[in-house]
Order: sequence, then structure tokens, then C-alpha cells
Amino acid sequence: MEAVAKKKYAAKDYKSDLKPIWCPGCGDYTVLNSITRALAELALPPEQVAVVSGIGCSSRIPAYTSVYGFHGVHGRALPVATGLKLARPDLTVLVTGGDGDGFSIGGNHFLHACRRNVDLTYIVMDNQVYGMTKGQASPTTAPDWEGSKLTPEGTGINPFQPLVVGLASGANFIARVSSSDPINMAKIIVEAIRHPGFSLVQVLSPCVTFRPEQAEWRDIVRTAVVDYTDDAARAARRLMTDDGFNVGKVLFKGSRPPFRPEFENSNGSVAELEARFAL
Amino acid sequence: MTAKSVSLVIAGSGGAGVVTAGSLLLDAAAKAGWYALMSRSSGPQIRGGEAAAMLRFATGPVMSHDDSFHLLMAIDWDNITRFSAEIPLTGNSLIVGDPAHGEAPAGLLKNSPRQAALAMTDIAGKIENGRPNMVALGAIAALIGLPAGAMQAVVEDNLKRKGQAAIEASMTAFHAGVAAAADLPAIPKLPAVAADSGPRWSITGNEATGLGVIRGGVRFVAAYPITPATEVLEWLAPSLAKVGGMLVQAEDELASINQIIGASYGGVPAMTATSGPGLSLMIESLGLAVAAEVPLVVVDVMRVGPSTGIATKSEQSDLNIAVYGLHGDAPHIVVAANSVSDCLFTTQWAVHLAEAMQVPALVLTDQAMGQARAIVPKPAELAFIGQRLTATAAVEGERYKRYAMTGSGVSPMAIPGMPGLTHTADGLEHNEFGTPSSQASDHHAQMDKRSRKLTQFNYGDHWADIEDSEVGAGDTAIITWGSSTGPAREALDRYSAAGGKARLISVRLIAPVQPEKMAAALKGMRRVLVVEQSHSGQFYRMLRAFYDLPVETRSLHQGGPLAFGPGQILEQLTAWSA
Repeated sequence: MEAVAKKKYAAKDYKSDLKPIWCPGCGDYTVLNSITRALAELALPPEQVAVVSGIGCSSRIPAYTSVYGFHGVHGRALPVATGLKLARPDLTVLVTGGDGDGFSIGGNHFLHACRRNVDLTYIVMDNQVYGMTKGQASPTTAPDWEGSKLTPEGTGINPFQPLVVGLASGANFIARVSSSDPINMAKIIVEAIRHPGFSLVQVLSPCVTFRPEQAEWRDIVRTAVVDYTDDAARAARRLMTDDGFNVGKVLFKGSRPPFRPEFENSNGSVAELEARFAL
Repeated sequence: MTAKSVSLVIAGSGGAGVVTAGSLLLDAAAKAGWYALMSRSSGPQIRGGEAAAMLRFATGPVMSHDDSFHLLMAIDWDNITRFSAEIPLTGNSLIVGDPAHGEAPAGLLKNSPRQAALAMTDIAGKIENGRPNMVALGAIAALIGLPAGAMQAVVEDNLKRKGQAAIEASMTAFHAGVAAAADLPAIPKLPAVAADSGPRWSITGNEATGLGVIRGGVRFVAAYPITPATEVLEWLAPSLAKVGGMLVQAEDELASINQIIGASYGGVPAMTATSGPGLSLMIESLGLAVAAEVPLVVVDVMRVGPSTGIATKSEQSDLNIAVYGLHGDAPHIVVAANSVSDCLFTTQWAVHLAEAMQVPALVLTDQAMGQARAIVPKPAELAFIGQRLTATAAVEGERYKRYAMTGSGVSPMAIPGMPGLTHTADGLEHNEFGTPSSQASDHHAQMDKRSRKLTQFNYGDHWADIEDSEVGAGDTAIITWGSSTGPAREALDRYSAAGGKARLISVRLIAPVQPEKMAAALKGMRRVLVVEQSHSGQFYRMLRAFYDLPVETRSLHQGGPLAFGPGQILEQLTAWSA
């Protein structure tokens, strides 16, 4: 097999011909581009890749790809992906979704996916708003954002810090990127896929419709000045003093081995199990 | 005095070794060639606390507990009245207690059972390392006719690791109990059994459930611990590992169900086991499995609800949520096991149905059968194993249709890894390709297809167990399901023995309903008695909604946790025919 030249792929080989439902200018378009670009870079046969998602604008991504996709219910993408990867370790499994899907309704799964460290790549398009339901505050929304009729005075609650929580929960790879730099995002996604264990990639992906002020993000974001650390304590300090706009670099790479149950003996037969009941 | 069956209870406080004594007795009975059923009841304490082991022995398979117990052996009286509703005694019953622990509490004496004393503590005290529960076992063995040799063999097996001294101490106490039994009033004895009583198994319903799914081909399980389903999982974890599968402990039931959806989408047959509260959490994702057409099995070991209810005790009240709990029109399978050993058959069948129709299958068992251990005839080998219709190679120039319209409604499923067949499985309504669609025509077509899969499938004779009196079915039918089948079966036997004619229909396939098969089974039936353990008569209402029942249909229903006694059902039959 080694002698056979690896087939070359282009980003378009990973795109379906379905037109996204996203608004013009949505950051998610570039995330889709970066994912397909990363898959081409890795030259993964499309049938060996699965993209799993829950519900939300960004969770529509699987159908826009030409790989195997699963579009489940709100908040449960990580468990679906966990089951798929454990049952089929030969596949490359990506999980895509938004801040509401991942950190609110799916929050518990987020903690435990980081903790369990199954070899998955989780790409969260964070726009600090629920777009599909027309603009409500999400867990990452600032407390004084008054743009929603549901919370007209703002939520008054401090935003969720996904990368801090991810690090504390045991994520093995943490990066933040901006949708305004698709080339760099693709590079980071390649690294995330290659890194064993649970990789968390937060993408600042503006919602031009419900958070038009996020158009400024492209000017606010800056490339992080330091390279990644493998020291969780240092990564934690960096994240705790971070304003959320340091992007473009990996922040943390851990070395915990990915979760994979070990079997005492896989050659047993059902007859042997039954024999234990016989008198 | 010999009998067809003997029923007894061993009760005592935590540390009295009640459950151990019950298990030893069950094993010894098995060695002696008998059949047996053992249920356990315990107080709410996590560890220790009072417990009762309820046993029934017979020379043939035991389907149900009897209406009352011949013997209550009380190691002590601590909190024993908590069990009095579960331990029906009559004037013929015998209570044996230890004078060292005082008198039997009045709560046990309502029907004036006979009473006798056995100085278990004193007798055991005279034996080095002797224990009162072994003295009790000796007395029980002598009273019911269990050969001492059978107990010797079981004690040797169980105490091998503790050494010869421990075995001798136990057996000395046992024989002292046998000797002391000479002074006790008699209860019915079971006759010895011919050496060749056929191959038998000792198994719990929860173990049988685990074995059934493995036999069916399940190799991935994700689950969250919950009483009384946990033993299914504890049995499966090491067993799956031995056959190349795995069990993952998930963070909650939402994760369990979604992990198995992921595994099954990946081509590995998958299941989870839970109880009512967990099933409630899984319901949304069961709908996803219906829409995305992902085969999977969910076992609900039912307990008393609603809410936390009575976590350790049984009820047949999750029928409604299992059948109607999903939002939208969501055709799926609901099957129910009707005995300890039927847990094996029904779960294996459920895997087969789920895989064949690419649909979620719910299996309803309950605490009573799940946590009961029975000595049963060796279950039959079953041929059916989950067979999923998978897609073959991609056709050049043709886009794969995951949800293609077919006559059977079942579409060939592509598994990740198959080239040229990539697609997105979706909980959004979709067209044949799986592309999301909000068109009425796509919704109707996919609804028809998902429903057709289930209505056109050939379920064979497995939809129900149908049994007639030896002299014929007559014109009266009992329709029941699940755990209520055992007592109903015995009621039918007794009714037949008294010259009555009736038919028992125990429905295994709860959904989809089988009106034609039921009509055939009810042909000539003028009267129907519906029996179930639910306060609101959920099964009766369901039968009323979907089946043509005779005008003379009665509903016998009661909430858990008390099981029906065969006599309760027999009484209805005889009163009706009088």
C-alpha cells in the first residue's frame, strides 16, 4: 500500500452542492471553507471523515460537506461523535456547532468530552448569539447586551469562558481563531485533527444579522504573541488574563492519551458467556 | 405432605445474611433438580438495612410467586413489618422466629399464622464460627425436603476460598438446623426429582437482558447507572469486552442515547438500558433515531413512577411514555418481555427488529423480573441476529439516496467508510437524499416510508404468547403483558385444573399494534379480562383504542409495587363464569 501514491484532493472535493442557509457575510462561510481546505491538506478520503453537529446556524455544516454527516438534536453533537469515534476509531470525526449548542444546552457534554478525551476535533463557531431563533443572548454574550427582547436589560450574567472551562475539564488541544483569516484557520484545524485526543477550536465567527457590531472583530482581533504551551497552569494564566481576541495560534497542547476502552480478551464467544449460567 | 411448589421468605436485618442464605438455597435447589424463583426486597438504605428474600420452589418451571407463603423464616424482626404487604401469610403459614429476638410483631399475625421457635442464635453460638442464617437454612432444608447433599455441594463451592474450616463451620450449623427442625410443625415438602431434569440455567432477568442484546449482535453500549437497570450494565461491561464490544459510562442519559446513535450510525449495533426517569430524558433523541433511521435498542427496566417514585420496586406504568412519548408522528417499536427467561428472547428479537427496520426499539422489562433470579430450562438457541440492509457499491454518476423510497420502506444504509455513498443523516425532515426539506410532499413521503417499514414487516408468531387451557380455549380470554403474565399463566393453569376453559394472550409486540392478529386470537371469545400493574389501566386503554374487544371486557389493574397473585386473577375468572 505504501507504494501507492496518496491521492490528491482539493478543498472543493469536500463540498456538497447544497447552498447554505446562512446570511450573506456570515462568518460560518469561511469556517466551512477552512474545514474543507484542512481536509484537502490532510488528503483524507471523504468517506473516512464524518462531521457531526447539533442544532443552530453553524450546525448546518455537515450537509454542506461531501463527507459523512450527522445532523442531530440540539446540544448532543458531542455524544453522537463520541459514540461514532469509539465504535469506528478508523474514522476522522469532526464536530461543528455554535456557542448555544455547545455551552448552554450541551454544556454537560462539553465538560465530559474534554474530560473523556476521545480523539475528536470540536470546532465551535462563537458569535455570542442565538441566530437561528432570531437573536437571543447565548452563554458567551456580554451581560450588558440589550439586543434581545427576551433579555431587554441584558442578561446580567458574566459570559461563559469556553477555553478556560475546556482547559480545566481536560481538553488536550486548545486554539482560538478568527473567521477573518481562513488560511490560518485551516492550518490550525489541520493541527487540531492531527493532535490525538479532544481538540477544541473556538472560532470568532460574527453574526452580521443579529450582532452587526461584530463586523469590527476583524479589526480588533490580533495574532497571539506567544506560541502554545504544554503546561496547563501557564495556559490557564494566559487564558484568565486574555480579552478573548488573541487569535491565530494554538494556546495549549496536552499529552494525555486519548480515551479508548481496553478489552481483556476480544476472542471470547457468546457460548462462553452462556456457559456461566448453565447448572 | 408433598406439594407442586413451596414458597418461603427469609427476612432479617442488615448483616443477617438473608440474601446470601436465599442465594445458597436457590443454588442448592438447582442442584437438587428443582426449579425456583427468587425475588428480593429491601429497605431504602443504601447498605445494610432489613431485607427479605422471597423464594418459590417447584418440580417444574416457576412463572410467578404464589398467593401466600408457606413459611416465613425470620432471622430477626427488625423492621420486618415493612414487608408485611409483600409477604402474604395465611392461617396455614408458619412463622419461625428466634426467641433471642423476642416475639413476632403483631403486624405479621393478621391472618393468625402458626408460629414456632428456632433458637438460631443459641444453636449457632455453640458452634465455632457458626452463624444463625446457616441454622435457619438447615431447618428450611429439612422442612421443604431439600437434600443435605445439595447444600453441602453449594456451600463447598461458595466457601472454597475461605477454606475448609469455614465450610465445616457452616455445615455444622446447617446440620444443627436440620436436627432442630424435627421439633417444628410441618409445611409442604417438595418431592425429589429424577436426576435427569434437563439442562437448566440460573439467571436473573437483567442478566438475560444483557445476554439477549449480545446474542442479537449489539457490541456498543453507552449508559448511565439507574436502579433497577444497573445490573444489566454491570453484566454487560465485562461480557461485551470478552466478545470485542464495549460499554461506555456516559455523563447522563442524554449522552447515553446519543452515543449509541453515533455508534449505530457508524455501523455497530448499539443499545442502552435505563429506567423511567432515564427514558424520559432520552425521548427527544429517540425521535431523532426515528427520523434519521438509526437502529438501536433501549431497555427500560420499569420501576414505580412518576418522578423518582419507588426506585427499588416494580410497576408496569411506562407503557404510555414508551408508546406515545415521542413528539410528532414517530413510528417505532415497543416490545415487552413476559418472564425472567423471556428477557433473553425479547431483547434479542428487539435487536433483530431494530436492525432490520432501521428504527429504535424499546424493550420494557421491570424490576420484578429484572432483579429476580430464576432456575429455568435452558433457553433455546435463536437464529435471529440483527441484519441491517446496507448499501452496496456506489453507482457511477448516481447520487446515493439514503432515504430512498422502497416498497418495504427500508432503504439500504451506507456506513461511514463506504466510498461514493457519503450523505448526511438528519433529524430535520428531508428528501430521499437526506437533504433538509420543508416541503409537504417530502414530509408525507418520508412519513409514509417510516410508517410502512413497521406495518409491512412480518413479525411472525412472536407478537404474543397465546396459550389455551388443555381442554380448549372456551370463550374467555385474559389479555396481559410483561410481569403480569406469570400470575396470569398460573391463574389459567388453576382455572383449567378446575375444569375451566380460557385463553391467555400475553402481548409481546406492544407497538406497532397488530389488529388482524389480535382479531384472530380473539375469534370466538365472548369475554376478555385485561390484567396489568398500572393504576390508570394504561394497557386496557391502549387495547380499547386499537383493538376490537368484546362488549364483555373487564379491566383488572392495580398500581405497583405489589404483584398480582395468581389467585387474584383466578377469582375474577371464576366470579365471572359463575
